[in-house]
Amino acid sequence: MIIVGAGLAGLGAAYTLAGGGLEVLVLERGDYPGAKNITGGRLYLNPVRNLFPDLFENAPLERFITHEGISIMAKERSVTLHYSGNELRDEPHQSYSILRSKFDRWLSEQVEEKGVAMLSKIRVDDVIKDNGRIVGVLAGADELRADVVLACDGALSLISEKAGLRTPEAPGNFALGIKEVISLDYGVINERFNLEGDEGAARLFVGEVTRGKFGGGFLYTNRESVSLGIVVGIDEAAEDRLPIEVPALLDAFKERLEISPLIRGGSTVEYSAHIIPEGGFKAVGDLCGNGILVAGDAAGLALNIGFTVRGMEFALASGYFAAQTVIKAKQSGNFDAPTLSMYRRLLEDSFVLKDLRNFQETPAVIGNPRFFSHYPELIGAIIKDVYSVPAGPKDRLYPTIRKHLTLGELWTLFMDLKGVMKI
Amino acid sequence: MSERVDLKAKLGLDVFKPVGEPHIKIRQGMEKDLRLKSAIRVCPAGLYSENEKGEVVITIDGCLECGTCRLVCGAEVLDWTYPPGGTGVQYRFG
Repeated sequence: MIIVGAGLAGLGAAYTLAGGGLEVLVLERGDYPGAKNITGGRLYLNPVRNLFPDLFENAPLERFITHEGISIMAKERSVTLHYSGNELRDEPHQSYSILRSKFDRWLSEQVEEKGVAMLSKIRVDDVIKDNGRIVGVLAGADELRADVVLACDGALSLISEKAGLRTPEAPGNFALGIKEVISLDYGVINERFNLEGDEGAARLFVGEVTRGKFGGGFLYTNRESVSLGIVVGIDEAAEDRLPIEVPALLDAFKERLEISPLIRGGSTVEYSAHIIPEGGFKAVGDLCGNGILVAGDAAGLALNIGFTVRGMEFALASGYFAAQTVIKAKQSGNFDAPTLSMYRRLLEDSFVLKDLRNFQETPAVIGNPRFFSHYPELIGAIIKDVYSVPAGPKDRLYPTIRKHLTLGELWTLFMDLKGVMKI
Repeated sequence: MSERVDLKAKLGLDVFKPVGEPHIKIRQGMEKDLRLKSAIRVCPAGLYSENEKGEVVITIDGCLECGTCRLVCGAEVLDWTYPPGGTGVQYRFG
């Protein structure tokens, strides 16, 4: 079996297959596993703990997230909701900030220790087709043949495109994430974010950060750095609707008063960019063909529902279920699409496609432009008036709020909330 | 333009291994395609720019291999592959 790409899907599959008597080869185009991999980001462990027992105990996770925050950003003000609770401090912790180059490299070492062959610095150029089935891959002049190929080559997945499992995708199904890793002392991070020990904070920002367009800002604390970035819908960024070029959005975000004191004195140590599948369930394509399976970002398995943005545990789990499918297929000696379609069933029975299916209306609902411009300004304006104490007498609260909520406003709000109820 | 200078400095923080032959090329005759104007706006590394003839050109140094330009421009406009194994950006944090 050949696995293309040493990300979480590929490594998750390889880890699951190791020791099972199958010959597995993982091919990675980076200098080392993790060299091309990026997250925002945070990994939710609860959904995948049982699939990888004991694996995460010694993993190089950064901080367990105990402080959540979401800020609604208007042009001149912002309103933030903070959440923390004992349940987030109790073990097992639900989510951790991670840095992928470190994490994936470590995971690949665990996989190699279990006897899986791993080759870095190899770019897979094409699939080898024979009689309507995939029988291997081409890497430079090398033809590598296998019973089955697992495409874990990331969100752009040229491999599944070459295998005929998907057409070049619509930009509307993707967002672009750009990020800086900004180094800061462990103690400084704890002070600035009210953290004890290895506790971590996660913050999301919506509204003016993307100039009122689909997307948002994020900040995750790592042990000795923060990951700060912007996600923006590629369609909107490509058109003239976004008034500034994408890289400048991140610089403007860093200068916001909500952010600049948090990163003061820190130095940027890396700048990265990655595309993110945002199409949800409806954008998940063919997951298998004759002699081929697709997992992780390559299969579009990611889910943004506003408060939680997830992808990595979907990658790990889909790698696991792809591996289970291959083990079964090996027993029957048949790697045709009908046999491999067991993979889809396993995903349907797991949180992977259950979550994606349950939240399939989300991309359309959170794509509502009013959530990114109109409502942030409206909420900001209401809160501003509620908090303000003028020189003269202060208006009663109800008329203060009602003033902003005209009949037309209430009607639109009602209609938009009807959309939200689909989530 | 100063924004582009800052961006260059930011890209200077990343580890890049020389790619050799550019892995992304604008197909001949497509240099004025409107989709390339979008690439100028979205490329996170600011690699696309317009010359005095109104043609879009790409400088490959600093490519973060995100694939955004391929999504925006498509394979008709861009001859797009990843750089050869062991070359291009090598993230240390990710």
